[in-house]
Amino acid sequence: MKIVILGAGQVGSTVAESLASEANDITVVDIDGVRLRNLQDRLDLRTVLGSAAHPSVLLEAGIEDCDLMIAVTQSDETNLVACKLAQQLFNVPTRIVRLRATDYLSNERVLGPDGFGVDLAICPEQVLTDYIAKLIEFPEALQVLEFAHGRASLVAVRAFQGGPLVGHPLRDLKKHIPSVDTRIAAIFRGDSPILPEGDTVVQAGDEVFCLAATEDIRQVMHELRRMDKPVSRVMIAGGGNIGLRLARAVERDYAVKIVEYDKRRCEILSTRLDRALVLQGDVTDEGLLEAENVADMDLFVAVTNDDENNIMSCLLAKRMGARRVVALINRRSYVDLLQAGQIDIAISPAQATIGTLLAHVRRGHVTQVHSLRRGAAEALEAVVHGDRDSCRCVGRRIEEVDLPKGAAIAAIVRGEKVIMAHHDTVVQAEDHVIVFVTDKKLLPKVEKLFEVSVGFV
Amino acid sequence: MVRLVPVLNVLSVVIVIFALAMLLPLLVSIIYGDAARNAYEVAVLVTFASGVVLWIATRAGRAELQPRDGFLLVALVWTVLPAFATVPLLIHASDLSFTDAYFETVAALTTTGSTVLSGLDRLPPSINFWRCELQWLGGMGIIVLAVAILPLLGVGGSQIMRAETPGPMKHTKLTPRITETAKGLWLVYAIMTLACALVFKTVGMTWFDAIVHSFSTLSLGGFSSHDASFGFFNSPAVEAAAVFFMAAAGINFGTHFLAFRKLSFVPYRNDPEAGAYVAVLAVSVLGIAYFLLANHVYPSFWTALRYSAFNVVSIATTTGFATTDFNQWPVFAPVWMLFLCCFATCSGSTGSGIKMIRAELMVRQALRELMSIIHPRAYLPVKLSGQRVENNIIFAVLAFMLIWGGSVIAMTMLLAASGLDIITAFSAVIACICNTGPGLNQVGPAGNYAALNDFQTWVCTVAMLIGRLELFTLFVVATPAFWRK
Repeated sequence: MKIVILGAGQVGSTVAESLASEANDITVVDIDGVRLRNLQDRLDLRTVLGSAAHPSVLLEAGIEDCDLMIAVTQSDETNLVACKLAQQLFNVPTRIVRLRATDYLSNERVLGPDGFGVDLAICPEQVLTDYIAKLIEFPEALQVLEFAHGRASLVAVRAFQGGPLVGHPLRDLKKHIPSVDTRIAAIFRGDSPILPEGDTVVQAGDEVFCLAATEDIRQVMHELRRMDKPVSRVMIAGGGNIGLRLARAVERDYAVKIVEYDKRRCEILSTRLDRALVLQGDVTDEGLLEAENVADMDLFVAVTNDDENNIMSCLLAKRMGARRVVALINRRSYVDLLQAGQIDIAISPAQATIGTLLAHVRRGHVTQVHSLRRGAAEALEAVVHGDRDSCRCVGRRIEEVDLPKGAAIAAIVRGEKVIMAHHDTVVQAEDHVIVFVTDKKLLPKVEKLFEVSVGFV
Repeated sequence: MVRLVPVLNVLSVVIVIFALAMLLPLLVSIIYGDAARNAYEVAVLVTFASGVVLWIATRAGRAELQPRDGFLLVALVWTVLPAFATVPLLIHASDLSFTDAYFETVAALTTTGSTVLSGLDRLPPSINFWRCELQWLGGMGIIVLAVAILPLLGVGGSQIMRAETPGPMKHTKLTPRITETAKGLWLVYAIMTLACALVFKTVGMTWFDAIVHSFSTLSLGGFSSHDASFGFFNSPAVEAAAVFFMAAAGINFGTHFLAFRKLSFVPYRNDPEAGAYVAVLAVSVLGIAYFLLANHVYPSFWTALRYSAFNVVSIATTTGFATTDFNQWPVFAPVWMLFLCCFATCSGSTGSGIKMIRAELMVRQALRELMSIIHPRAYLPVKLSGQRVENNIIFAVLAFMLIWGGSVIAMTMLLAASGLDIITAFSAVIACICNTGPGLNQVGPAGNYAALNDFQTWVCTVAMLIGRLELFTLFVVATPAFWRK
């Protein structure tokens, strides 16, 4: 696949990185030569220096015969202009645009074919906000992912001593909660994945991925650990785009305090927020955290754009008594350093946000891709088409589907219903299949399964 | 530096228009064949001639007005026009002193509605019409009218209008051009007045009463053509109609304008004051109705509600009509009503006083101080309808409150020193500075301002003017720095 990526910022480089490893022809355009050189040194791709909104630059990047354009520059306006050019002058089949301002989404004609011609508008800040908001709603979970328009959810939970299922084989789950249909999709012990069988015993410290209908999620989590009391007080460190969005999303339901260093930004924050309390100060200022009672916080979220600040403020907050701390960390080496340490959850923004993008790049009819465990594993949702002859899974029982070892069909969403996968469940055409892949290397094989063979129209 | 000649030139034009406004009562006088016809003929001639002479004398110095000149113009318009307006009164009633006549016309133009006249029912219809027409002109503002019908103020017009329009934040224009804004405001005002007159006629007034009372109602003035005010009609339907239109006139006319143009109620919901205003009125009406019932002033709740609704809304909106002598009610009720008239009406309405928006800002500022003691590092903006209010506006409001409070105390002291009892003195100052009309005791709804001596009358006259022009316009003209070259 030929892909042109406009913008080599955080999102742009992460997308480039994750796509370059999947055998695509990638060209990256940016106005910053240093960034491009860094990227080219690390990855096998081409770079073009220039403004992404100029037709000549786009031509140079080979936009004429590319299959996919991803516009993720800092500026919404540049992205939109590039998208319109790609649609009108260069007939690019698929155009993905990053938009920060929600104003553009208010009228669908703005982005429609007669407007800017955007196929998919993504907003990484919004994805991250949703991610963190879910963690506030489910304080026990490490990660909560939704499939099939929110009907099914996948949660990652760390098993703790005291959960009814801990120390027992998985098949006991059915006895504990007979009314709930759930499936343990994978277990990670340390860093190695275990594909769960009926007699696998859950140990304390395991990271367990379970899939269930969204309304049953709490009951399933309850099997693995004692439930915490619900969150009521949240402190957000950093009032950037993510901090502001997060505060706006949760200020109605929780008592929110938001700390920001820049005074002018504080003014903007305090204007845009109705109930959240805006505090001016350094997020690593012990005195400020103390005065604002960080010890009573149920959740402390550090979302400044500086990894070190996020880590330090989280460590500080944890030591001062915050119940749970969440840090946004861009550098992967830091994430690996800190996971399961004093910071409860380390979120990698890039990994969390590229899922929607990846879905468009993947072959087959993949509608949803979620990166798990910092990109090492993936959960994807695909729609199957065709019949027994043209597709390798339609009309077959799950045990007959030829999945590579390390991948498993976790559930099927058929219309409104969420069906947990059993060995004898038969896959039908138009089902949404949720597949859990513990190793990214297996992806091409898995994707092939959901492709319709040539000849089928 | 302020240039006097160009200001006088514009003033002369306003005086000429004002002469034309006197043609209406002349017409009324001719229709009814009343005794005041001669008085109007003289008044029109005198006013017109003065205007023309002044114009000729100053025409050489014509120039575009600067924003600063606007303060002087507004101050002059509001002090000179009442003087011309006294001419018909003085000619018709030869026993009336200039002091009393000037008080009467200032009370009319500032929409205060306190009177020194009695035996209103026996006055010629044209005199009553003139008093109420003056209120109507003063309600929306003379300069606003001048801007609407004359291009003479040019670009400076918007600044000059601001010197006359009440409210702390006057920078939002409803239309791109100031003339269009002024026209829009006057149009809405005129349409609502017409609607009010039609409703009054429908519920049983004569055409004459309907028209003069609609003038008084929409301008939140309070003059009536009857000594008994609205008590004369003794009709719940008339009172209900009056309550509705008084309450409507207490809302920002800019909001009415938007609602008319879009034909929707959304502007009212977005208005930062309207909600609080309606809530305060509703709670007060019900509360005082219960209070009167509990104190056995009225036998049934519905009677209590009827009297409470009319008199509370009338005083709170700074109108000053009465259907009963509420001075006889247990003291809490009239004091609460006077308290309401200090702040209940919205900015940009025809009411006066501190205005709801300033009250809201003050409350929020007070809460902010409390919060900042608990959270010293917090950013706590004062917000109205989700919009942040700049600190300089808060400071302006604080200064306004300070000067307002200072003025009330100073004038109360002056009246008390001149021999009035303290309740009369204080309530008279409040009723005048809020442009309400009736106060308590001697100046209560049953009495009037005729009993005051000349000195006291002048104090009240000044109170009405500074109340209508919201202090700053008059005070700034009185500072030496304003005149320094």
